[in-house]
Amino acid sequence: MSVLIFIEHTEGLIKKSAHEILTYGAILAAQLGTTAEGLVLGTVTENLTALGKYGVTKINQINNESLNTIDSKLYAATIAEAVAITGASVIIFSHTPTGKSIAARVSAKLKAGMVSGAAALPDTSNGFVVRKSVFSSKAYANISINTPIKVISVNPNSISAVIGDGDATINQLTINVGAPSIKTIAVNKITGEIPLTEADIVVSGGRGLKGPENWGVLLDLAKALGAATACSRPVGDAHWRPHHEHVGQTGVQVAPNLYIALGISGAIQHLAGVNRSKTIVVINKDPEAPFFKSADYGIVGDLFEIVPQMTAEIKRIKGIA
Amino acid sequence: MKILVCINKAPDTTSKIAFKNNNTAFEESGVQWIINPYDEWYSLVRAIELKEKDPTTIIHIVTVGSADCDPIIRKAFALGGDEAFRINIDSTDSYFIAAQIADLANNNKYDLIFTGKESIDYNSAAIGGIIAQLIDAPYISLATLFELNGHTATITREIEGGEEVAEVNLPVVVSCQKGMAEQRIPNMRGIMAARTKPLNVIEPIAQETFTSIINFELPPAKAGVKLIAADNVAELIKLLHEEAKAF
Repeated sequence: MSVLIFIEHTEGLIKKSAHEILTYGAILAAQLGTTAEGLVLGTVTENLTALGKYGVTKINQINNESLNTIDSKLYAATIAEAVAITGASVIIFSHTPTGKSIAARVSAKLKAGMVSGAAALPDTSNGFVVRKSVFSSKAYANISINTPIKVISVNPNSISAVIGDGDATINQLTINVGAPSIKTIAVNKITGEIPLTEADIVVSGGRGLKGPENWGVLLDLAKALGAATACSRPVGDAHWRPHHEHVGQTGVQVAPNLYIALGISGAIQHLAGVNRSKTIVVINKDPEAPFFKSADYGIVGDLFEIVPQMTAEIKRIKGIA
Repeated sequence: MKILVCINKAPDTTSKIAFKNNNTAFEESGVQWIINPYDEWYSLVRAIELKEKDPTTIIHIVTVGSADCDPIIRKAFALGGDEAFRINIDSTDSYFIAAQIADLANNNKYDLIFTGKESIDYNSAAIGGIIAQLIDAPYISLATLFELNGHTATITREIEGGEEVAEVNLPVVVSCQKGMAEQRIPNMRGIMAARTKPLNVIEPIAQETFTSIINFELPPAKAGVKLIAADNVAELIKLLHEEAKAF
């Protein structure tokens, strides 16, 4: 009957998106009158006891070398066993590249209905209804899960982690884990950058920056804000910026607290990747740029004059020299 | 080599999204239907590239939906699919749809099954994973590169904050995204050939649905942009800091 939360980690540390769903799972468990437990697969260096502060009573861990390869097939089989042992009836994942690949398989294995990319806590007043964004964030659907076991993957930045008191007990599960069906031969992490999908603030540039050599003003602003950097599709296609920075319909979809668009006109394909952002700021010299219609704040003007002033003002407020 | 490419009919990106029947159903009238871009640009085109390298390759197309999916199947034929299966039922439940495709896959024994990374209608990113589970195959999601050496695939996939290269033996289910291939336009020869390629309409297998859509909502309208004068940048930052509490 409990809520089981799949906790993602990278390089031994628990991810921010996992903190969010620990809170999500703890609130849901309270709503259902049950308890929330975490599940960690593989090796972590972080102290798991401390995750109790997010409201979970117990962290289950399966520390098996094979699980350090993230193989959805092996993970689904292992998680299904953990579900059987813990008796969980709701399993929560982050809707991240890793989380979504595993959640779908787990739902199939358990014959459980799934809502992927949930935007809010379930409404359990009459059934079990989860809200998610559909049609590339142009609408929401309220979806009822009609099976006894339920799987939800939660969009990053949909809920803020709430930190309280308390420690979690650690429970090592003994499960016979098989061999991975895939072999990892290389991992290339972009170091020293904030992952786009996890960033609270994103500063994004378009063709209005006129060339890769002009990115300095954008990078300075991002640095002052502690923001991740992104770009529009034409910028990625022209190789002014690396492909992984491309946000939009065919690129990365982001939902930060603050999205600042510099020199981006705001084509509908771009908006599809950013319109879940809480606050959108548009700086563009063209007053007719469609992006202004979707923005919360805007300045019509030359970004090369405006952006350095923004950076200076932010530094002044934050007290950065 | 037998490849199954899963395609889905989706509203064109510029379509107006509206609902009918008291917001319980998508308003389809006036919608321009396209092949879901991830299915077409990345998975189908990559399959065609593999066939160009090895002409003995056979590409099957599958979609789950009613007869109004036929135009997108003809387009997939024009691009290079060989034979198609349309499973004749409309559904929004990921498990139901994937179970239909998994049944076809179990009968036809594909070496490779490609899906798009997600569909731009319900954005669930779930079909590939469910099919893989139901046919007991490995699943690599969010692939950006795919190379084949005999019966082993080398696949680059997106992970948080980077990418990972994995090796896997066939059969495998792969969800495809940008990087896998480049969009193509069908040529006249392809369009002519598409008319005569076999489109098999098959009836769905019995399968319960696990989820149901209660209703839809449009996001609250934006209050409208607050424009700040270009010579008053400090005011913008003050609003972001104090009103929006954005940093």
